[in-house]
Amino acid sequence: MAHGPLSRPLRAALALSAVLTVTAACSAPGGSSDTTDAGASAAPVTSATCGTDPVTLSGYFETGFPLPKDLSAEFSKQFPNVKFDIREDQFAVITQNAPRVLADDPPDLMRLPQVSELVKDSLLKNLDGYAQAFGWDKWPASQLQQMRVSPTGERGDGPLYAMGLNFSMTGIFYNKKLAAQIGMTKPPETLAEFDAVLQKAKDAGITPINQFNGGATGGLAFPLQNLMAAYGEPGAINDWIFQKPGATIDTPTNLQATQHLEKWIKAGYFAPDINSQDYAAMMSRFIGGKNLFIFDGDWESGNLDKQMAGNAGFFLMPSAQAGGKQAAMSAPLTYGISSKAKNADCAAFFLNWVATNEKARDIAVKVGGSHPMGPADAYMPAVQQGTVTASTLEAGATIGEDNGAMDFIANATGAIYAKGWTPQLQKLVAGQQTPDGLLKSVQKDYESQVKK
Amino acid sequence: MSAPATGRRVRRARRPRGAWLGWLFALPAVVMYATFVLRPLLLTVQYSLYDWNGIGASTWVGLDNYRRLFTDSELFASILHAFELILFFSLIPVLLGLFVAATIRGIAQSRLATVARTVLFLPQVIPLVAAGIMWSWLLSTTGLANELLSAVGLDSVTRAWLGDFDTALAAVGIIGAWVLVGLCTLLLLAGMSKIDPALYEAARLDGAGPVREFFSITLPSLRQEIGVCVTVTVIAALASFDIVYIATQGGPGNSTMVPGLEIYYLAFSEREVGMASALAVALVFLVLAVVLPLQRLTRDAR
Repeated sequence: MAHGPLSRPLRAALALSAVLTVTAACSAPGGSSDTTDAGASAAPVTSATCGTDPVTLSGYFETGFPLPKDLSAEFSKQFPNVKFDIREDQFAVITQNAPRVLADDPPDLMRLPQVSELVKDSLLKNLDGYAQAFGWDKWPASQLQQMRVSPTGERGDGPLYAMGLNFSMTGIFYNKKLAAQIGMTKPPETLAEFDAVLQKAKDAGITPINQFNGGATGGLAFPLQNLMAAYGEPGAINDWIFQKPGATIDTPTNLQATQHLEKWIKAGYFAPDINSQDYAAMMSRFIGGKNLFIFDGDWESGNLDKQMAGNAGFFLMPSAQAGGKQAAMSAPLTYGISSKAKNADCAAFFLNWVATNEKARDIAVKVGGSHPMGPADAYMPAVQQGTVTASTLEAGATIGEDNGAMDFIANATGAIYAKGWTPQLQKLVAGQQTPDGLLKSVQKDYESQVKK
Repeated sequence: MSAPATGRRVRRARRPRGAWLGWLFALPAVVMYATFVLRPLLLTVQYSLYDWNGIGASTWVGLDNYRRLFTDSELFASILHAFELILFFSLIPVLLGLFVAATIRGIAQSRLATVARTVLFLPQVIPLVAAGIMWSWLLSTTGLANELLSAVGLDSVTRAWLGDFDTALAAVGIIGAWVLVGLCTLLLLAGMSKIDPALYEAARLDGAGPVREFFSITLPSLRQEIGVCVTVTVIAALASFDIVYIATQGGPGNSTMVPGLEIYYLAFSEREVGMASALAVALVFLVLAVVLPLQRLTRDAR
């Protein structure tokens, strides 16, 4: 009996390795990399409609955001032959499932995470043909830039692989009542002014900033990137995000920005427990009037107009110098069509309708809170003055003038947020990482991920 | 011919057919086991030898993925964290379980014993996800843990337990201990119930007190049950995933990263299916390497 436990695993291991040799010799996992659609230029599609026969578009949308559902409901009202079969998941789940879902269960319309890796695997439909047919290529180029991917996986240039339902704007939301208490009557215009306001709030016993930075969410990436753009050029940051050859995040101005963020942390401008705060906790505290600022995006505008009516304000991150250009993370709410989608034409027609139909643009602003896609001179729904939605839409115009739109540093590769920014920023908060070490470490992760 | 000889012959004739029939009965289970356990296991071993993103073409890399296990400090740290968790997942539940079981046995007649047993076993019934969420509330800055500390004047100690580099792993460990204490208590109680009461009586006649009773009779008799407890909880520690995933997701700054979670991140976030498989295979061998000696230890003692 005593020999039993020893010899049995041994025998099993032998058998296992025997079977292993056989299977390993058989075939490598994964399909072949050559696919018909990859890289091929798409001819204009002239007849992209939903026709008149009954069609069911399969959709894979993001839970918690009513915009795509409201848009699809309105679309079905206008085109009664089109029905939607919608499946929903949280964005994190969509990010993890995206490649497999696009390969095995191809939806006609899907909310997309970072697209470059999906394009490399030929999972997304090249939309250039639709872009020519519908005239998307005549819209302001910056709207579509982030969704263009070159054959080598760089973003910013090349065929179009996704489309936005609207495009979002990020910046700083503030509680007007608390701002008045510390004498902040207008948004700060320079970084130094902003620092002064933060100090005043701190002195008055008000938590200056709540920001989610716990678990797998490194929300300090928001203020960090804002600081990067205050010190440096948004173009250089975009090059890094778009994986342009030789781009690095470890630059002198980015170091200044990271040092500034560290200064804020050490000065106690953030709530002491940000490393355990998730997004929902940040929102409920801000709405509950527990702090002065949060760094967030205009997807919350509608929500804040409802829950903090009249008491929430928004401004763009001030530049380091007075009168300097302003920049902000601004990204389309990306939806794509699977390269194997059954109703690609109808899905493309829907995406075009979202950007051009007046009712759809109304919904994009009222429900989504963000600027609709489409031509610069297109119909804009009226928004009530003094609301957060009005000020985020206005900010969009400023960013357009200053050419300051950036993608988000968390979107540079599929894993840079979870494996690079998040742990490094949490370490910075705990004093376990230096600004210089943070940038070098993220750059190292980035290089190893881009190589793949 | 004598009757026993006939019986032997009949038995001999029957054996092959019986064996064949036996396999037939086992067939559904064997098919399920082969499809859902053996096949994935073999595929995992196969994947671990490739560089593959789960979709596109794969490249044969031999043992490179395994080599990275020992050179990548982040991956190695996650394995060390798993060993630290053994302290909380095994040591505390087994020691506490022994103490509680002995206490419950002492009051076996009262209704309190039943209540205590139920209460302690409850964490086993609650889904781990629910337990994780509940504990992350208890351990938050405004949670019960900090309020209790403030109430007794320990304001300086309060913190976001799951968000602090120094305490996050221990906090996760405490959640695991809370879950596993009930299981150990119940197992040990069952073991205690089969100890011959005459032994205790004899000891008492010899003038042994409760402490002496515990160390001379209860503990040695429970060797096997303790073996089971340790085995189950050590596996739970080394292969932990759900509690960590819900409570901290490996944060802050990878301070609670464990192999189970790392495998998940590698496979679904970094899309390195080969590397994830290699870590999974390594984890299997790690668990075996720790658990098999434990098994022998408890078995040889008999």
